[in-house]
Amino acid sequence: MTTSRRNFLKTSAAASGGLLMGVVLPGNLLAAGTLHTPNAWVHIADDNTITLLCARSEMGQGVYTSLPMLIAEELNVNLRTVKVENAPPAAIYVNALLGAQITGGSTSVRDGWEKLRIAGAQVREMLISAAANEWKVDRAGLKADAGFVTGPGGKRASYGHLAQAASKLPVPEKVALKDPKDFTIVGKRTKRLDSPRKVNGSAEFGIDVKLPGMLYASLEQCPVIGGKVASFDASAAKGMPGVVDVVQINDGVAVVAKSYWQAQKARKSLKVQWDEGSGAALDHNTVLNTTRDAITKVKALPIGKPVGNTPEAMKGAARVLTAEYISPMQAHAPLEPMNFTASFANGKVLLIGSTQFQQGAQGAVAATLGLKPEDVTLKTTFLGGGFGRRLELDFIVQAAQISKAVGKPVKLVWSREDDMTHDFYRPMGVNQLQAGLDAQGNPVALHFKVASQSVTQRAFGLPKETFDPFMAEAAVAGYEIPNTQHDLHITDTGIRVGYWRAVSHNMNAFANESFMDEMASAAGKDPYKYRMALLGNKPRFANVLRLAAEKAGWGSPLPAGRARGIALMEGYDTYMAQVAEVSVDDKGVTVHKVTVAADVGQMVNPDTVEAQIQSSIVFGMGAGLMQEITLDKGRVQQTNYNNFPVVRMYQAPKIDIVLVNSTEKPGGIGEPATALVVPAIANAVFAASGKRVRKLPMTPDAIKSA
Amino acid sequence: MSTKFQVNGKAVSANAEPDTPLLWVIRDELGMTGTKFGCGAALCGACTVHVDGAPVRSCQTPLASVAGKQVSTIESLSRDNSHPLQVAWVKHDVPQCGYCQSGQLMSAAALLAGNKNPSDADIDSAMSGNICRCGTYPRIKAAIKDAAIMMRKA
Repeated sequence: MTTSRRNFLKTSAAASGGLLMGVVLPGNLLAAGTLHTPNAWVHIADDNTITLLCARSEMGQGVYTSLPMLIAEELNVNLRTVKVENAPPAAIYVNALLGAQITGGSTSVRDGWEKLRIAGAQVREMLISAAANEWKVDRAGLKADAGFVTGPGGKRASYGHLAQAASKLPVPEKVALKDPKDFTIVGKRTKRLDSPRKVNGSAEFGIDVKLPGMLYASLEQCPVIGGKVASFDASAAKGMPGVVDVVQINDGVAVVAKSYWQAQKARKSLKVQWDEGSGAALDHNTVLNTTRDAITKVKALPIGKPVGNTPEAMKGAARVLTAEYISPMQAHAPLEPMNFTASFANGKVLLIGSTQFQQGAQGAVAATLGLKPEDVTLKTTFLGGGFGRRLELDFIVQAAQISKAVGKPVKLVWSREDDMTHDFYRPMGVNQLQAGLDAQGNPVALHFKVASQSVTQRAFGLPKETFDPFMAEAAVAGYEIPNTQHDLHITDTGIRVGYWRAVSHNMNAFANESFMDEMASAAGKDPYKYRMALLGNKPRFANVLRLAAEKAGWGSPLPAGRARGIALMEGYDTYMAQVAEVSVDDKGVTVHKVTVAADVGQMVNPDTVEAQIQSSIVFGMGAGLMQEITLDKGRVQQTNYNNFPVVRMYQAPKIDIVLVNSTEKPGGIGEPATALVVPAIANAVFAASGKRVRKLPMTPDAIKSA
Repeated sequence: MSTKFQVNGKAVSANAEPDTPLLWVIRDELGMTGTKFGCGAALCGACTVHVDGAPVRSCQTPLASVAGKQVSTIESLSRDNSHPLQVAWVKHDVPQCGYCQSGQLMSAAALLAGNKNPSDADIDSAMSGNICRCGTYPRIKAAIKDAAIMMRKA
């Protein structure tokens, strides 16, 4: 899967006008040519201050700590004594798994695992060579450790002392990496480097940026996404306190004022006539019907290779089960509303803020303002949540356009309502599954169909009728079934769609793992044992399934009214099983406990792995139980956290985690638990209530009518 | 006209219009950006500050209403992370994206000011107005309990 993603993103990068730069392999790491910068990942100053570059955006997932850990492991420096800086947009910082400088897809550690250790080792070797040259001794007898190179006769020099000479040396092509058993940093529970700043208000997020002479903007956008300004009257707004200017840009009308509140207040007095466009015809039932119809009307693209002969096996089955599962649209709703700061002057623009896509921001702003990419400088702050929303560039381009229009630095801040109603939504998903069971209830055939909308078509120009690997995630489950066929039907509902944490793992794992439970139920078998019987040659799947069941006490008695549900998935090269323990009453589902077993391969920071599992479970629960985006006349009906509720502390379950001690390559952990918690809960709801909920979210009404 | 009040023990005078939410006065006029904007509707708690010791949502608190009062922001807990809640937050590595944590800490500080030995239910009740989209709730709860122990010993 990884290879095909990389390939099409490379292709679509070229197709989209070369906004994305090519992949740079670790062997080509360049010295920046600056003193004290042995390579692009390590800066060392004379005073021995060591700065490690973090090329992925810190949005909570811990890369600001875990990626420097990889460099520090080979550079042999104490992580507590280094500084970490966010990298600027540059080809050297491209994510090789995605073909661009993107933070997403749970790729950061997988992409950095070798590359960053090589970078650290290169600098270590260059420092040793510099010491050998200075001392005129053979480098073989020298060691680099804890920020010093040491040699025979008590010779000792700090990295800072050697950095200038080291940075003039060629970057070694081949370097020895440590045996993982010798790791002193990687794999150890490590305190996050950003925590101290995040407990006293000093961490800088996009919304905290301040530039001299900066103004604030609030943007009125068409209530129907895609609509354009037909005309507007800003006379009232212009007379309001603090208002400096009112300007029209592609996406709407911006009020620019001396403070955010003045801009926001004056915006309410704008009178805008909109050309709402075709989006005004959309409502969520139309979107659902268009999606469902794609299964019969749009040609199927095969997901993976068919196994056996599914249609024939289905005919011969003792019993055939069918079910349809529906996953609604979702908003990302990160707690920091969209915002960006732009300063346009003399044909150049400075951009500062929260983004998951540095090169995209640089390229899109350059293209919109007619600049060269090198005239667009971008600085990344901490992100107040991302979840895929900050892969999008709309708010960054808007800030740049407004700054250019007024000729001053501008911070554009969206309201929560702007954010909720102008998201790039997780697309609707309709999954139709069919299984053939033999007389004993064992599956002999499975036909899986998913219909949804391609984010990749919209975001990266993937040609229509082309397979979108992001839509096939978790479609092919781990179970050994003799005849299987998986079909993808891509439609365009007209909704502006975006990648949402765990992307299509969400709809596909909900369908697959709910259906596996339905098959077990039809067979009259225990859902854990039923699954295990299909995993004879799948040790990593079987292992996490067993570990989760054991840890959760699968089969042991529970208090009255409680029941357990189990689910299993591979996503982002991570193998995971979850057991949810729930009760159901008139007020809906209470999730008491979620037990997780995860085989994520080798880990960089196990504490972060656990934190991401906890985070994903709470995030996924919201989508599974309470959240849904609906539309009426093209207008998104959810506006804030009252009608798009998120999980609050009193609703958060106890979470037990078992991590497998693994020597496999690292898997991603920022997302998979998000998808898997939903079927685990759905299966527990069935066990507790006998109600099989096939349409999300599992609200009290949905359970009653199931 | 200006509005006079105290922020973190210092007298300040704000020039914003009297109906301006305290949040934007603190952030944009007084330049203290630790207090965050999340929803603008008292639904998420990211903007929580204390007014005369009580936790309030500063996005829904007009500037005029704090005239003559004492306002405390996240910047008042301590700058060197020595407050027991900050110590516990770091010990448990609570923050992920971190955006909500100023509000979480100010709600937790208000809770512990009146209750040095909160139960799970007390914590749920005091903290459920604060959203964490990263789902750090289990660690917040553990950290509050740890901080309470430190404060009882102190």
